[in-house]
Amino acid sequence: MTQPMPVSFTVNGERVDALVLPRLNLADFLRDQLGLTGTHVGCEHGVCGACTIRVDGDIVRSCLILAVQAHGADVQTIEGLSDSGDVADLQNAFRNRNALQCGFCTPGMLMAAQDLLAQQVSPTRDEIREHLSGNYCRCTGYHAIVDAVETTAKARAERRA
Amino acid sequence: MKASAFSYARANSVDDALALLAAHGDAAKTLAGGQSLMPALNLRLSAPELIIDIGHIASLKGIDVSDGALTIGALTRHSEMLTSPDIKAHAPLLADAIAHVAHPAIRNRGTIGGNLAHADPASELPACMMALKATIVVQGPEGKRRIAATSFFTGIYETVLRPDELLVAVELPAASHGATHYFHEHARRKGDYAIVGLAASAVIDGDRFSDLRLGFFAIGDRPILARAATHLIGTPITAGALVEANAALDAELDPQDDQQASPAMRRHLARQLMADCVATLLGRDDLQMRMTA
Repeated sequence: MTQPMPVSFTVNGERVDALVLPRLNLADFLRDQLGLTGTHVGCEHGVCGACTIRVDGDIVRSCLILAVQAHGADVQTIEGLSDSGDVADLQNAFRNRNALQCGFCTPGMLMAAQDLLAQQVSPTRDEIREHLSGNYCRCTGYHAIVDAVETTAKARAERRA
Repeated sequence: MKASAFSYARANSVDDALALLAAHGDAAKTLAGGQSLMPALNLRLSAPELIIDIGHIASLKGIDVSDGALTIGALTRHSEMLTSPDIKAHAPLLADAIAHVAHPAIRNRGTIGGNLAHADPASELPACMMALKATIVVQGPEGKRRIAATSFFTGIYETVLRPDELLVAVELPAASHGATHYFHEHARRKGDYAIVGLAASAVIDGDRFSDLRLGFFAIGDRPILARAATHLIGTPITAGALVEANAALDAELDPQDDQQASPAMRRHLARQLMADCVATLLGRDDLQMRMTA
Protein backbone atom coordinates (compact mmCIF):
# COMPACT_ATOMS: atom_id res chain seq x y z
CA MET A 1 0.00 0.00 0.00
CA THR A 2 2.98 2.32 -0.17
CA GLN A 3 2.01 1.96 -3.82
CA PRO A 4 0.40 4.91 -5.63
CA MET A 5 -3.28 5.41 -4.82
CA PRO A 6 -5.98 6.88 -7.04
CA VAL A 7 -7.39 10.29 -6.08
CA SER A 8 -9.94 12.60 -7.67
CA PHE A 9 -10.61 16.20 -6.78
CA THR A 10 -11.03 19.55 -8.44
CA VAL A 11 -8.27 22.12 -8.75
CA ASN A 12 -9.33 25.62 -9.78
CA GLY A 13 -12.58 24.17 -11.09
CA GLU A 14 -11.01 21.44 -13.19
CA ARG A 15 -11.30 17.79 -12.30
CA VAL A 16 -8.02 16.05 -11.55
CA ASP A 17 -7.60 12.26 -11.50
CA ALA A 18 -4.19 11.04 -10.48
CA LEU A 19 -2.15 8.30 -8.86
CA VAL A 20 -0.21 9.56 -5.85
CA LEU A 21 2.12 8.05 -3.29
CA PRO A 22 0.57 8.28 0.20
CA ARG A 23 3.48 10.34 1.52
CA LEU A 24 3.17 13.05 -1.15
CA ASN A 25 1.87 16.31 0.28
CA LEU A 26 -0.61 18.45 -1.60
CA ALA A 27 1.85 21.31 -2.16
CA ASP A 28 4.32 19.02 -3.93
CA PHE A 29 1.50 17.42 -5.92
CA LEU A 30 0.25 20.81 -7.13
CA ARG A 31 3.73 21.94 -8.07
CA ASP A 32 5.31 18.80 -9.46
CA GLN A 33 2.41 16.92 -11.01
CA LEU A 34 0.14 19.79 -12.07
CA GLY A 35 2.84 22.42 -12.67
CA LEU A 36 1.01 24.93 -10.47
CA THR A 37 4.18 26.47 -9.05
CA GLY A 38 2.50 29.55 -7.58
CA THR A 39 2.06 27.56 -4.39
CA HIS A 40 5.46 27.89 -2.74
CA VAL A 41 7.13 25.41 -0.45
CA GLY A 42 9.13 27.03 2.34
CA CYS A 43 9.42 25.42 5.74
CA GLU A 44 7.41 22.24 5.04
CA HIS A 45 6.08 22.14 8.58
CA GLY A 46 3.30 24.67 8.65
CA VAL A 47 5.13 27.69 10.00
CA CYS A 48 5.89 29.98 7.06
CA GLY A 49 2.56 30.13 5.21
CA ALA A 50 4.06 30.23 1.70
CA CYS A 51 2.05 27.15 0.67
CA THR A 52 -1.34 28.54 1.74
CA ILE A 53 -4.16 27.43 -0.56
CA ARG A 54 -7.93 26.99 -0.25
CA VAL A 55 -9.54 23.61 0.36
CA ASP A 56 -13.33 23.58 0.32
CA GLY A 57 -13.29 27.36 0.72
CA ASP A 58 -11.01 27.50 3.77
CA ILE A 59 -7.37 28.59 3.72
CA VAL A 60 -5.04 25.77 4.76
CA ARG A 61 -1.39 24.79 4.63
CA SER A 62 -0.91 22.56 1.60
CA CYS A 63 2.33 21.17 3.08
CA LEU A 64 0.26 19.79 5.98
CA ILE A 65 -2.24 17.90 3.84
CA LEU A 66 -1.51 14.69 1.98
CA ALA A 67 -2.58 14.61 -1.64
CA VAL A 68 -4.58 11.44 -0.85
CA GLN A 69 -6.44 13.34 1.88
CA ALA A 70 -7.71 15.81 -0.71
CA HIS A 71 -9.82 13.12 -2.40
CA GLY A 72 -13.21 14.67 -3.16
CA ALA A 73 -12.14 18.18 -2.17
CA ASP A 74 -12.43 21.48 -4.01
CA VAL A 75 -8.93 22.98 -4.17
CA GLN A 76 -8.11 26.53 -5.22
CA THR A 77 -4.59 27.81 -5.73
CA ILE A 78 -3.20 31.28 -6.37
CA GLU A 79 -3.39 30.54 -10.11
CA GLY A 80 -7.16 30.07 -9.87
CA LEU A 81 -7.61 33.15 -7.72
CA SER A 82 -5.42 35.23 -9.99
CA ASP A 83 -7.01 34.06 -13.26
CA SER A 84 -10.52 34.74 -11.95
CA GLY A 85 -9.62 38.38 -11.32
CA ASP A 86 -10.89 38.10 -7.74
CA VAL A 87 -7.62 39.40 -6.30
CA ALA A 88 -6.62 41.77 -9.13
CA ASP A 89 -7.15 44.82 -6.93
CA LEU A 90 -5.19 43.24 -4.08
CA GLN A 91 -2.34 42.36 -6.46
CA ASN A 92 -2.32 45.95 -7.74
CA ALA A 93 -2.20 47.29 -4.20
CA PHE A 94 0.75 45.01 -3.40
CA ARG A 95 2.55 46.33 -6.48
CA ASN A 96 1.74 49.97 -5.75
CA ARG A 97 2.82 49.76 -2.13
CA ASN A 98 5.97 47.74 -2.77
CA ALA A 99 4.48 45.03 -0.60
CA LEU A 100 6.83 42.45 -2.06
CA GLN A 101 10.46 42.25 -2.97
CA CYS A 102 11.51 38.67 -3.69
CA GLY A 103 7.86 37.58 -3.95
CA PHE A 104 8.28 34.19 -2.33
CA CYS A 105 5.65 34.83 0.34
CA THR A 106 3.27 36.77 -1.91
CA PRO A 107 0.95 33.95 -3.11
CA GLY A 108 0.38 32.86 0.48
CA MET A 109 -0.05 36.47 1.61
CA LEU A 110 -2.65 37.07 -1.09
CA MET A 111 -4.50 33.90 -0.08
CA ALA A 112 -4.57 34.90 3.59
CA ALA A 113 -5.43 38.53 2.86
CA GLN A 114 -8.29 37.61 0.52
CA ASP A 115 -9.59 35.25 3.22
CA LEU A 116 -9.63 38.09 5.75
CA LEU A 117 -11.33 40.51 3.34
CA ALA A 118 -14.02 37.92 2.63
CA GLN A 119 -14.78 37.75 6.36
CA GLN A 120 -14.37 41.39 7.33
CA VAL A 121 -15.25 44.47 5.35
CA SER A 122 -13.18 46.96 7.36
CA PRO A 123 -10.46 45.17 9.30
CA THR A 124 -8.22 47.28 11.54
CA ARG A 125 -4.45 47.20 11.02
CA ASP A 126 -4.18 44.99 14.09
CA GLU A 127 -6.73 42.58 12.68
CA ILE A 128 -4.84 42.49 9.38
CA ARG A 129 -1.60 41.71 11.22
CA GLU A 130 -3.36 39.06 13.27
CA HIS A 131 -4.81 37.32 10.20
CA LEU A 132 -1.49 37.43 8.34
CA SER A 133 0.51 36.41 11.42
CA GLY A 134 0.98 32.89 10.07
CA ASN A 135 2.61 34.14 6.86
CA TYR A 136 6.27 35.06 7.00
CA CYS A 137 7.86 37.75 4.84
CA ARG A 138 11.63 38.25 5.08
CA CYS A 139 11.84 41.30 2.80
CA THR A 140 9.26 43.97 3.50
CA GLY A 141 9.03 44.30 7.26
CA TYR A 142 5.26 43.82 6.83
CA HIS A 143 4.21 47.50 6.97
CA ALA A 144 3.79 47.72 3.22
CA ILE A 145 1.78 44.50 3.18
CA VAL A 146 -0.55 45.78 5.88
CA ASP A 147 -0.84 49.05 3.88
CA ALA A 148 -1.80 47.14 0.74
CA VAL A 149 -4.44 45.05 2.47
CA GLU A 150 -5.87 48.08 4.26
CA THR A 151 -5.98 50.08 1.01
CA THR A 152 -7.79 47.24 -0.75
CA ALA A 153 -10.29 46.86 2.08
CA LYS A 154 -11.12 50.56 1.92
CA ALA A 155 -11.41 50.58 -1.86
CA ARG A 156 -13.72 47.56 -1.82
CA ALA A 157 -15.86 49.11 0.92
CA GLU A 158 -16.19 52.29 -1.17
CA ARG A 159 -17.16 50.31 -4.25
CA ARG A 160 -19.89 48.57 -2.25
CA ALA A 161 -21.24 51.83 -0.85
CA MET B 1 12.01 17.71 4.46
CA LYS B 2 9.69 15.12 3.01
CA ALA B 3 7.86 12.45 4.98
CA SER B 4 9.26 8.94 4.78
CA ALA B 5 7.16 6.34 2.97
CA PHE B 6 4.06 4.93 4.64
CA SER B 7 0.88 3.15 3.72
CA TYR B 8 -2.45 4.90 3.91
CA ALA B 9 -5.90 3.67 4.84
CA ARG B 10 -9.03 5.73 5.02
CA ALA B 11 -11.40 4.73 7.82
CA ASN B 12 -15.04 5.30 6.96
CA SER B 13 -16.41 4.62 10.42
CA VAL B 14 -15.20 4.35 14.02
CA ASP B 15 -15.46 0.54 13.76
CA ASP B 16 -13.32 0.70 10.64
CA ALA B 17 -10.70 2.77 12.45
CA LEU B 18 -10.73 0.47 15.49
CA ALA B 19 -10.27 -2.61 13.29
CA LEU B 20 -7.25 -0.99 11.63
CA LEU B 21 -5.81 0.05 15.01
CA ALA B 22 -6.34 -3.47 16.38
CA ALA B 23 -4.49 -4.93 13.40
CA HIS B 24 -1.58 -2.47 13.34
CA GLY B 25 -1.32 -1.03 16.87
CA ASP B 26 1.85 0.96 17.47
CA ALA B 27 2.94 0.70 13.82
CA ALA B 28 0.02 2.94 12.85
CA LYS B 29 -0.68 6.62 13.45
CA THR B 30 -4.12 8.17 13.40
CA LEU B 31 -4.49 11.19 11.12
CA ALA B 32 -7.24 13.68 12.03
CA GLY B 33 -6.57 17.29 10.99
CA GLY B 34 -2.86 16.59 10.67
CA GLN B 35 -1.62 19.92 11.99
CA SER B 36 0.72 18.27 14.49
CA LEU B 37 1.20 14.89 12.83
CA MET B 38 2.08 16.22 9.38
CA PRO B 39 4.92 18.47 10.66
CA ALA B 40 6.23 15.47 12.64
CA LEU B 41 6.09 13.31 9.49
CA ASN B 42 7.73 15.97 7.31
CA LEU B 43 10.50 16.45 9.87
CA ARG B 44 10.78 12.66 10.19
CA LEU B 45 10.27 12.85 13.93
CA SER B 46 7.61 10.22 13.29
CA ALA B 47 7.79 7.45 10.69
CA PRO B 48 4.79 5.13 11.05
CA GLU B 49 4.20 2.20 8.71
CA LEU B 50 0.54 3.08 8.30
CA ILE B 51 -1.49 6.27 8.42
CA ILE B 52 -5.13 5.74 9.36
CA ASP B 53 -7.08 8.73 8.07
CA ILE B 54 -10.16 9.27 10.24
CA GLY B 55 -10.84 12.72 8.76
CA HIS B 56 -14.01 11.67 6.96
CA ILE B 57 -15.87 9.93 9.81
CA ALA B 58 -19.04 12.01 10.03
CA SER B 59 -20.07 10.70 13.46
CA LEU B 60 -16.98 12.30 15.03
CA LYS B 61 -17.87 15.82 13.88
CA GLY B 62 -19.86 18.56 15.52
CA ILE B 63 -20.91 20.13 18.80
CA ASP B 64 -23.99 19.04 20.73
CA VAL B 65 -25.62 20.52 23.83
CA SER B 66 -28.00 18.53 25.98
CA ASP B 67 -28.81 18.10 29.68
CA GLY B 68 -26.41 20.81 30.74
CA ALA B 69 -23.46 19.24 28.99
CA LEU B 70 -21.52 20.05 25.88
CA THR B 71 -20.26 17.20 23.71
CA ILE B 72 -17.60 18.07 21.17
CA GLY B 73 -16.81 15.45 18.53
CA ALA B 74 -13.13 14.59 18.14
CA LEU B 75 -12.98 15.91 14.56
CA THR B 76 -14.42 19.32 15.41
CA ARG B 77 -11.99 21.88 14.06
CA HIS B 78 -10.52 24.77 16.05
CA SER B 79 -12.13 27.28 13.66
CA GLU B 80 -15.57 25.74 14.25
CA MET B 81 -15.15 25.98 18.02
CA LEU B 82 -13.90 29.56 17.73
CA THR B 83 -17.13 30.68 16.05
CA SER B 84 -19.62 28.27 17.64
CA PRO B 85 -22.46 30.02 19.54
CA ASP B 86 -22.72 26.92 21.78
CA ILE B 87 -19.06 27.17 22.81
CA LYS B 88 -19.43 30.90 23.37
CA ALA B 89 -22.48 30.35 25.58
CA HIS B 90 -21.39 27.27 27.52
CA ALA B 91 -17.58 27.17 27.43
CA PRO B 92 -16.35 30.69 26.60
CA LEU B 93 -12.90 29.90 28.03
CA LEU B 94 -12.38 27.55 25.10
CA ALA B 95 -13.15 30.23 22.52
CA ASP B 96 -10.74 32.66 24.23
CA ALA B 97 -8.02 30.03 24.27
CA ILE B 98 -8.45 28.95 20.64
CA ALA B 99 -7.87 32.50 19.45
CA HIS B 100 -4.29 31.93 20.69
CA VAL B 101 -3.79 28.60 18.90
CA ALA B 102 -1.50 29.03 15.89
CA HIS B 103 -3.01 30.87 12.89
CA PRO B 104 -6.25 30.82 10.85
CA ALA B 105 -4.99 28.37 8.21
CA ILE B 106 -3.91 25.93 10.95
CA ARG B 107 -7.13 26.38 12.95
CA ASN B 108 -9.12 25.53 9.80
CA ARG B 109 -7.67 22.00 9.85
CA GLY B 110 -6.61 21.18 13.40
CA THR B 111 -9.13 19.21 15.47
CA ILE B 112 -9.78 19.03 19.21
CA GLY B 113 -9.32 15.26 19.25
CA GLY B 114 -6.01 15.48 17.44
CA ASN B 115 -4.84 18.25 19.73
CA LEU B 116 -5.66 16.33 22.93
CA ALA B 117 -4.35 12.96 21.73
CA HIS B 118 -1.11 14.67 20.65
CA ALA B 119 -0.73 16.03 24.23
CA ASP B 120 1.77 18.77 23.55
CA PRO B 121 2.57 20.23 26.99
CA ALA B 122 2.68 23.74 25.46
CA SER B 123 -0.80 23.41 23.98
CA GLU B 124 -3.69 25.51 25.28
CA LEU B 125 -6.52 23.00 24.97
CA PRO B 126 -5.34 20.31 27.42
CA ALA B 127 -5.11 22.95 30.17
CA CYS B 128 -8.59 24.23 29.23
CA MET B 129 -9.95 20.68 29.51
CA MET B 130 -8.59 20.45 33.05
CA ALA B 131 -9.97 23.85 34.06
CA LEU B 132 -13.38 23.01 32.58
CA LYS B 133 -13.71 19.58 34.27
CA ALA B 134 -13.81 17.84 30.90
CA THR B 135 -14.25 14.13 30.40
CA ILE B 136 -12.38 12.62 27.48
CA VAL B 137 -14.24 9.80 25.75
CA VAL B 138 -12.17 7.09 24.09
CA GLN B 139 -13.35 4.01 22.28
CA GLY B 140 -11.55 0.68 21.96
CA PRO B 141 -12.32 -2.95 21.18
CA GLU B 142 -14.16 -3.34 24.51
CA GLY B 143 -16.25 -0.22 24.13
CA LYS B 144 -16.00 3.30 25.50
CA ARG B 145 -14.00 4.63 28.45
CA ARG B 146 -14.67 8.02 30.03
CA ILE B 147 -11.50 9.55 31.45
CA ALA B 148 -11.27 12.74 33.51
CA ALA B 149 -9.03 15.25 31.72
CA THR B 150 -7.04 15.57 34.96
CA SER B 151 -5.83 11.96 34.61
CA PHE B 152 -5.60 11.79 30.80
CA PHE B 153 -2.22 13.45 30.23
CA THR B 154 0.82 11.52 31.47
CA GLY B 155 3.87 13.22 29.91
CA ILE B 156 5.31 14.92 26.85
CA TYR B 157 3.11 13.73 23.97
CA GLU B 158 1.86 10.95 26.26
CA THR B 159 -1.62 10.07 27.43
CA VAL B 160 -3.49 7.07 28.84
CA LEU B 161 -4.87 6.40 25.33
CA ARG B 162 -3.96 2.83 24.33
CA PRO B 163 -2.66 1.97 20.85
CA ASP B 164 -5.96 0.23 19.99
CA GLU B 165 -8.16 3.12 21.16
CA LEU B 166 -9.51 6.19 19.43
CA LEU B 167 -10.33 9.49 21.12
CA VAL B 168 -13.93 10.07 19.98
CA ALA B 169 -15.29 13.04 21.94
CA VAL B 170 -14.94 15.48 24.80
CA GLU B 171 -17.70 16.18 27.30
CA LEU B 172 -17.85 19.43 29.23
CA PRO B 173 -20.34 20.52 31.88
CA ALA B 174 -21.97 23.71 30.61
CA ALA B 175 -20.76 26.80 32.46
CA SER B 176 -22.98 27.38 35.50
CA HIS B 177 -24.56 30.65 36.53
CA GLY B 178 -21.94 32.91 38.09
CA ALA B 179 -19.12 31.08 36.32
CA THR B 180 -16.36 33.15 34.84
CA HIS B 181 -12.99 32.50 33.27
CA TYR B 182 -9.53 33.88 32.57
CA PHE B 183 -7.07 33.08 29.81
CA HIS B 184 -3.65 34.51 29.15
CA GLU B 185 -0.41 33.22 27.74
CA HIS B 186 3.05 34.65 27.30
CA ALA B 187 4.54 33.99 23.86
CA ARG B 188 7.30 35.65 21.84
CA ARG B 189 4.89 36.33 19.00
CA LYS B 190 1.16 35.77 18.54
CA GLY B 191 0.55 32.18 17.50
CA ASP B 192 3.91 30.92 18.74
CA TYR B 193 4.18 28.22 21.37
CA ALA B 194 3.49 29.66 24.80
CA ILE B 195 6.34 30.22 27.25
CA VAL B 196 3.81 29.88 30.08
CA GLY B 197 0.03 30.10 29.98
CA LEU B 198 -2.96 29.93 32.29
CA ALA B 199 -6.49 28.78 31.50
CA ALA B 200 -8.73 29.25 34.52
CA SER B 201 -12.39 28.81 35.33
CA ALA B 202 -14.00 30.15 38.47
CA VAL B 203 -17.25 30.71 40.30
CA ILE B 204 -17.41 33.94 42.26
CA ASP B 205 -19.56 34.43 45.34
CA GLY B 206 -19.45 38.04 46.50
CA ASP B 207 -15.84 38.99 47.23
CA ARG B 208 -14.44 35.46 47.07
CA PHE B 209 -14.12 32.39 44.90
CA SER B 210 -16.44 29.48 45.61
CA ASP B 211 -14.52 27.56 42.95
CA LEU B 212 -11.26 28.20 41.12
CA ARG B 213 -9.53 25.84 38.72
CA LEU B 214 -6.12 26.96 37.44
CA GLY B 215 -4.90 25.06 34.37
CA PHE B 216 -1.28 25.95 33.65
CA PHE B 217 0.45 24.92 30.43
CA ALA B 218 3.96 25.07 28.91
CA ILE B 219 5.40 24.76 32.41
CA GLY B 220 6.23 21.07 32.68
CA ASP B 221 5.86 17.79 30.86
CA ARG B 222 2.05 18.00 30.97
CA PRO B 223 -0.68 20.52 31.82
CA ILE B 224 -1.10 21.13 35.54
CA LEU B 225 -4.26 21.80 37.52
CA ALA B 226 -2.67 23.82 40.30
CA ARG B 227 -3.54 22.69 43.83
CA ALA B 228 -2.41 26.17 44.92
CA ALA B 229 -5.95 27.28 44.07
CA THR B 230 -7.20 25.72 47.34
CA HIS B 231 -5.52 28.63 49.18
CA LEU B 232 -7.72 31.06 47.27
CA ILE B 233 -11.14 29.37 47.55
CA GLY B 234 -13.78 30.33 50.11
CA THR B 235 -11.68 32.99 51.75
CA PRO B 236 -11.30 36.75 51.34
CA ILE B 237 -8.23 37.27 49.19
CA THR B 238 -5.52 39.21 50.95
CA ALA B 239 -1.93 39.78 49.93
CA GLY B 240 -1.09 37.14 52.55
CA ALA B 241 -3.37 34.55 50.97
CA LEU B 242 -1.70 35.21 47.64
CA VAL B 243 1.74 34.73 49.20
CA GLU B 244 0.62 31.34 50.54
CA ALA B 245 -0.80 30.41 47.14
CA ASN B 246 2.45 31.49 45.47
CA ALA B 247 4.47 29.28 47.78
CA ALA B 248 2.15 26.34 47.10
CA LEU B 249 2.38 26.96 43.35
CA ASP B 250 6.16 27.13 43.50
CA ALA B 251 6.27 23.80 45.34
CA GLU B 252 4.17 21.95 42.76
CA LEU B 253 5.83 23.30 39.61
CA ASP B 254 8.80 21.68 37.92
CA PRO B 255 9.40 23.94 34.92
CA GLN B 256 11.63 22.89 32.05
CA ASP B 257 14.73 24.78 30.94
CA ASP B 258 14.78 25.49 27.22
CA GLN B 259 15.74 28.15 24.70
CA GLN B 260 12.55 30.11 25.46
CA ALA B 261 12.93 30.53 29.21
CA SER B 262 14.73 29.40 32.33
CA PRO B 263 12.84 27.58 35.10
CA ALA B 264 13.12 30.71 37.28
CA MET B 265 11.55 32.86 34.57
CA ARG B 266 8.72 30.37 34.11
CA ARG B 267 8.06 30.30 37.87
CA HIS B 268 7.96 34.09 37.92
CA LEU B 269 5.56 34.26 34.98
CA ALA B 270 3.33 31.59 36.51
CA ARG B 271 3.04 33.57 39.77
CA GLN B 272 2.33 36.69 37.80
CA LEU B 273 -0.38 34.95 35.77
CA MET B 274 -2.03 33.62 38.94
CA ALA B 275 -2.01 37.08 40.52
CA ASP B 276 -3.35 38.66 37.34
CA CYS B 277 -6.07 36.00 37.12
CA VAL B 278 -7.22 36.62 40.70
CA ALA B 279 -7.00 40.40 40.39
CA THR B 280 -8.84 40.42 37.08
CA LEU B 281 -11.64 38.06 38.05
CA LEU B 282 -12.29 39.76 41.42
CA GLY B 283 -11.69 43.29 40.10
CA ARG B 284 -8.90 43.79 42.63
CA ASP B 285 -6.08 45.86 41.14
CA ASP B 286 -4.33 45.90 44.52
CA LEU B 287 -3.47 42.22 44.09
CA GLN B 288 -1.52 42.69 40.84
CA MET B 289 2.12 41.69 41.05
CA ARG B 290 4.47 44.46 40.10
CA MET B 291 5.86 43.83 36.65
CA THR B 292 9.49 43.13 37.32
CA ALA B 293 10.18 40.44 34.72
